[in-house]
Amino acid sequence: MTAQADHADPHGQTGRAGLFVEIKDVDLAYGEDAESLAVQGLNLDIREGDFVAVVGPSGCGKSTLLKLVTGLMPPTQGAVYVDGNRVNGTLSFVGMAFQNPTLLPWRNTLRNIMLPLEIVEPHRSRLRREKVAYLEHARNLLRTVGLAPYESKHPWELSGGMRQRANLCRALIHDPRLLMLDEPFGALDAFTREELWCVLADLRRAKQLTVVLVTHDLREAVFLADTVYVMSSRPGRIVHSRRVDLPGTRTLETCYEPAFVDIVHELRGHIERVRCDGPQGIADVPTA
Amino acid sequence: MSPLRKNLERFSPVIVTVAMFVAWEAVARLAKIPSYILPPPSEAVMAGYEFAGPISKHALQTLYTTLAGFGLAVVFGLLVGVIIGSSKLLYRAFYPILIGFNSVPKVALVPLLVIWFGIGTVPAIITAFLISFFPVVVNVATGLATIEPELEDVLRVLGASKLTILLKVGIPNSLPYFFASLKIAVTLAFVGSVISETVASNAGIGYLMMSASARFNVPLVFAGLIVIAAMGIGMYAIFATLEKRTTGWAFRS
Ligand SMILES: Nc1ncnc2c1ncn2[C@@H]1O[C@H](COP(=O)(O)OP(=O)(O)OP(=O)(O)O)[C@@H](O)[C@H]1O
Ligand SMILES: [Mg+2]
Repeated sequence: MTAQADHADPHGQTGRAGLFVEIKDVDLAYGEDAESLAVQGLNLDIREGDFVAVVGPSGCGKSTLLKLVTGLMPPTQGAVYVDGNRVNGTLSFVGMAFQNPTLLPWRNTLRNIMLPLEIVEPHRSRLRREKVAYLEHARNLLRTVGLAPYESKHPWELSGGMRQRANLCRALIHDPRLLMLDEPFGALDAFTREELWCVLADLRRAKQLTVVLVTHDLREAVFLADTVYVMSSRPGRIVHSRRVDLPGTRTLETCYEPAFVDIVHELRGHIERVRCDGPQGIADVPTA
Repeated sequence: MSPLRKNLERFSPVIVTVAMFVAWEAVARLAKIPSYILPPPSEAVMAGYEFAGPISKHALQTLYTTLAGFGLAVVFGLLVGVIIGSSKLLYRAFYPILIGFNSVPKVALVPLLVIWFGIGTVPAIITAFLISFFPVVVNVATGLATIEPELEDVLRVLGASKLTILLKVGIPNSLPYFFASLKIAVTLAFVGSVISETVASNAGIGYLMMSASARFNVPLVFAGLIVIAAMGIGMYAIFATLEKRTTGWAFRS
C-alpha cells in the first residue's frame, strides 16, 4: 500500500471508501481519434446494494458503460473501481444479462443456467463433487422465477418471457454481488415485461444485490431503481441523476400514482433535452 | 396435413426417380436412339447384371478410395476449421490460400499426383481428399464464428478463457455446420476419386467406365454411372441421418 503514494494516478489502485462501483473521469474511444469517443468525462458512484438505472438516447454509450464496469473494455482515460479495486480484467462476481437471452440450444433450461458454474471458481472445481447441492441450488433459483416445471425443456420450447427468466437465472446462479442488465426486457410484450419487473424486484430484495440496469423504458427505470441516471447523447456522460424516493414497497399499482408519474415525466423532459441539444460537451473535445 | 398428402410426401422421391427412368426408357426406345449413344436404362441394368462381378470389385475399390479421402478430409478439415475459426488472425491469414486451393480444378492436379505417387490408389485418395476438404473447413470455421457476441461477453465476464468458450460453446455450435458439410463432402469425394480413376488408375468404377467406353460398351458406362450415383445417395443418406441424430436441436428452432 505504500507504493500507492508515488503512483502517478492520484487515485492509485484503490477507490474511495464506501463505494462499490466508482467510475472516475472515464473516456472511452472505439477508434483512434477524438471523434470516436463513445463516452467522455463519465462519472458515476454506486453504493453496495443500490439499484441503479441508466437511461439515455440510443447510441449514447449505455452498453459501453456496462462493458467498462465489468472490465470487458478498459477505459481510454480515467479509471473504474469496483469493490475498492481498480478494474483490470474481468470480474467473476458479476452476472450479466442482455436483451438477447443467448441460451444454448443444445442444453435444457437447467443445464443452461448452470453454465456459469462450469466456468467460475470455486464452483468449477466443486461442481462434480457437490453435484447434488448445486442442482438443488439451481432448482431453487428456477422456482423463484417460476420456471421449475420447465427445467428439462430446451430453449425452443420456451416462450420469450420464459427464456428471459432463464437468462436472469443464468446471470444469478453463481451468486454474483453485482448484476448488470442491458435492456433485458426490451423485446418482451408489456404484460410479460411488468411480470418480470416484479420477478427482478423480488430477486434483488432476496439477494441484496447491487444492480445496474440499462433501459429505454422510463417507467421500468423508475419502478425498479433507487436512482435513475440520464446520459447525454454521444459522447455520453451523466447529465442528471434522480433519486426515486417513493415510500413503501412498489407494486404495479404504484405506476399509476401521481408521484410516480411525476418522476417519469421529469425524466422524460431530461431525455428530450439531451436529444434536442445534440451531443453535449462536444465543445470540450480537443481538436486533433 | 391430410393422409394423402403425407403419403405423397413420403413416397415422392421414389415416384420421381421411377418416373425419370421411365421417361428415359421411353425416349431412348421411341426415338430409336442407338444404344452406343444413349442406351435405355433397362439395357444399362442388363449390362450391370452381366458384369456384376467386375462392377462390384471396381465399386468396392472406388468406395475404398472415396472413404479414405473423405476420412482424411474430415480429420484435417476439422483440425484446420477449428484452428482458423477460433483465431481472427489465422482466419485472415489462411483464407485466401484456401480459396485459391479450392479454385484449382482438381482434375488438373491428377497428372502431378501421378508423377509423385504413380498411378493407382494413392492419387484417387488424394483427389477425393482435396475436393472434399474445403467444405468441411469452411463450415466448421463458420460455425465457430457465429457465436453470439453477447454470449461471449457473458462468459468472458465470468473469466472464461478462449479455450473454455471454444469447448463449451464454439464446438457444439459448429457441430450442425460440420455434419451438414459431411453429406456434401462425401458426395464430392466420389467426384474426386472417380475423376482420378478415369485418368490414372487401373481399378475403380472410373477406370471401368473408361475402358468400357473405349470398347463402345456404352450400356456398361451407364451401369457404372448408376452405381456411382447409388453409392453417392447411400452415403448422403447415412450422413444426413447422422446429422439428424446428433444435432436434432438445430432443426427445431
Ligand atoms: N465495437 C464498437 N466499435 C466502434 N464503435 C462502437 C462499438 N460499439 C459501440 N460503438 C459506438 O459507441 C457508441 C455507444 O455505443 P453503445 O452500444 O454503448 O450505445 P447504447 O447507449 O448502448 O445504445 P443503444 O441504446 O442503442 O443500445 C455508439 O455510437 C456506437 O456507434
Ligand atoms: Mg446498448
